[in-house]
Amino acid sequence: MNLRSFLGGTHVPYSKESTASKPVRQARLPARVTIPLHQHTGAPCEPLVKAGDHVLVGQKIGDSPAKLTAPVHASVSGKVAAIGYYLQSGGRLVNSVVIESDGEQQLSPDVKPRGTIENLSPGDIVGIIRDAGIVGLGGAAFPTYFKLVPPPGKRFDTLVVNGSECEPYLTADHRIMLERPNDVTYGIRALMKAAGVDRAFLGIEDNKPDAIEAMRRAASGVPGIEVVVLATKYPQGAEKQLVKAILGREIPSGGLPVDVGVVVNNVGTAVAVAEALEKGMPLVERVVTVAGSCIREPQNLKVKIGTAIGDLIEECGGFVKEPAKVIIGGPMMGVAQFSTDVPVTKGTSGVLALSKDEVEVEDTSMPCVRCGKCVGACPMRLLPLFISQRAEAGRFDEAEEYNALDCIECGSCGYICPSRRPLVQAIRLAKSEIMARRRKKQ
Amino acid sequence: MAEKRLIVSSSPHLRSPIATPQIMRDVIIALIPASAMGILFFKLQALLVILVGVAFAIITEAVIQKALHKPVTINDYSAAVAGLLLALVLPPTVPLWIPAIGSIVAIGVAKHVFGGLGQNPFNPALIGRAVLLASWPVLMTRWVWPVSQAPWMQGFDALTTATPLALLKLSGIKTPYAALFFGNVAGSIGETSVPAILLGALYLIWRGHITFRIPGYFIGTVAVLSALFGQDPLFHILAGGLMIGAFFMATDYVSTPVTPRGQALFGIGCGVLTVMIRLFGGYPEGVCYAILIMDATTAVLDKFTRPRKFGEVRRGA
Repeated sequence: MNLRSFLGGTHVPYSKESTASKPVRQARLPARVTIPLHQHTGAPCEPLVKAGDHVLVGQKIGDSPAKLTAPVHASVSGKVAAIGYYLQSGGRLVNSVVIESDGEQQLSPDVKPRGTIENLSPGDIVGIIRDAGIVGLGGAAFPTYFKLVPPPGKRFDTLVVNGSECEPYLTADHRIMLERPNDVTYGIRALMKAAGVDRAFLGIEDNKPDAIEAMRRAASGVPGIEVVVLATKYPQGAEKQLVKAILGREIPSGGLPVDVGVVVNNVGTAVAVAEALEKGMPLVERVVTVAGSCIREPQNLKVKIGTAIGDLIEECGGFVKEPAKVIIGGPMMGVAQFSTDVPVTKGTSGVLALSKDEVEVEDTSMPCVRCGKCVGACPMRLLPLFISQRAEAGRFDEAEEYNALDCIECGSCGYICPSRRPLVQAIRLAKSEIMARRRKKQ
Repeated sequence: MAEKRLIVSSSPHLRSPIATPQIMRDVIIALIPASAMGILFFKLQALLVILVGVAFAIITEAVIQKALHKPVTINDYSAAVAGLLLALVLPPTVPLWIPAIGSIVAIGVAKHVFGGLGQNPFNPALIGRAVLLASWPVLMTRWVWPVSQAPWMQGFDALTTATPLALLKLSGIKTPYAALFFGNVAGSIGETSVPAILLGALYLIWRGHITFRIPGYFIGTVAVLSALFGQDPLFHILAGGLMIGAFFMATDYVSTPVTPRGQALFGIGCGVLTVMIRLFGGYPEGVCYAILIMDATTAVLDKFTRPRKFGEVRRGA
């Protein structure tokens, strides 16, 4: 088979066995949810409810007049217990709406079918997607409606759908493609119409043959959708690498997929779009992989947005052994948490509890021996050793000359480095310094 | 509270299990066949040279780090690798103070004067060898034949032994391919047996520690250029230190380029210099100096061969 891929990258241990074959289970209804009003790229929302209000499932509880934002909705019915700043992934305090569930899960009257793809205009679909608060579910949480409208002077010709799921441990997208292939294709059709394109490629890594099979069957009757088998390699699901692998097009440095006529969406996002059109259901729940060797019963759960990750861990039987790290997202790009008291947001693809055998917990960094493995692994063809070296020396101008800003922070270099250098961390420092200096100059 | 003990640090949270000490250990494993062949051909004397070379490399590293109040890192195996490589490129006849001094120079001067692991611009083992050759040229060019009576050497004065390259250069005598290939010839302890070196090299390639790029360009350039000068390319590939130099010295991480094009140019440069020294230089062998000279160009090569970054528009495109 001719597998499509990109240059660079690494072969990380995938560790997906514990959850790949387990069907998605609906998580228990939590007693309370903490829904952040800012869980996407763009402007935070203002609350549309106040403490004491009774809210229904799917009711909009926050929105913003900003150009780039995404409204948030109640994921449970019940009473607004509080609005205030609560801990979110990564240790940030974010204005959030706390709802105490009444256990009824009464639907808001706003939740009703929006029509079919055929009788909706592209603009209608974009509007429905915005109203539903849909953001990229792959982890980046970029508002989907915003991506679907090309900037003036540019146009799309192709939709690329990301079903590669290249982060280790995560199997949520895998299960979605297996269990809801028709919803995936329906969502893809809606996204195609919204973006004004007549062809879509769904890229899936070859380590998910069952998902490839299921999606091929579901897409066989749908004109314009082609399933593409990709080599299993990290970071195959990174936007630029995905477009390169599938279409052979290189998104220019500093550019966006639209610069090569492409819009990229995740399979989970496609399903959310299908739900929004067919049922009128806004994005109030998502599939989360709960895994790692410290979790007693790893599984994929369908979770109400706002559920504490501690509740999910408990639902999976709690910890079998003490975790060294609890990570939201995957182990390559995810964020380590210091508390399990943070809520699942739209961008939460996984909750991992990893033992000290699975993650490196001590600083064991040694001198760089210039082995060049990071050069071979960098999917952006950068020279991570030189960027990090300049950053550590405070020579940020030189780090910029070495294209620090092109780093996508995938972590391939840090993974492969035999001297355990903090490469990504140093490059991140360089990026933030360079950006800060640019802002100063302006 | 379990939560109090959660560790928060930046992604990536996974690390490859292959760490630098393991790579160094793999290099030692890869050098076992060449060392074994050297001991087989040159007996106890070769074994002693190897042991002294490795021991003094490790001792030198430990003493220097102790004296500088730095952590002693002899268990990263990098000093052992340098000592072993140095021993393997010495004649088996040298008195044992030669590998001792060579290792002291390699580790003490070539490595730690520049700041230790990862900082040395030149390959320490080759610096050690170069210093020894310059200081004790007679001891460093006293060669013996591994087998007392090589049949094709009949009639040739056995006392004035020379390496195949020297035999060719000085006397016009060409050593048969079979002897050259298996290493049944005069030469440094670990450089004569091509299959043993290749076995080790293939192990390193299989383990993902080196690629064919530098050795391929190096050996290819030697072949093409020697043919252009009317020489037998196969002879020049099999003779002397080309094999061990190309696979074990020119691939040294610290002193060679990291960019793909830099590595290609490095290999080509090594090949050109090797042939130039062998054919027109004062020495019959040129691999050691070729690599050392190219080591000096590493920083420049890395600087000017930066890969085209993803999404970078080629000039003029």
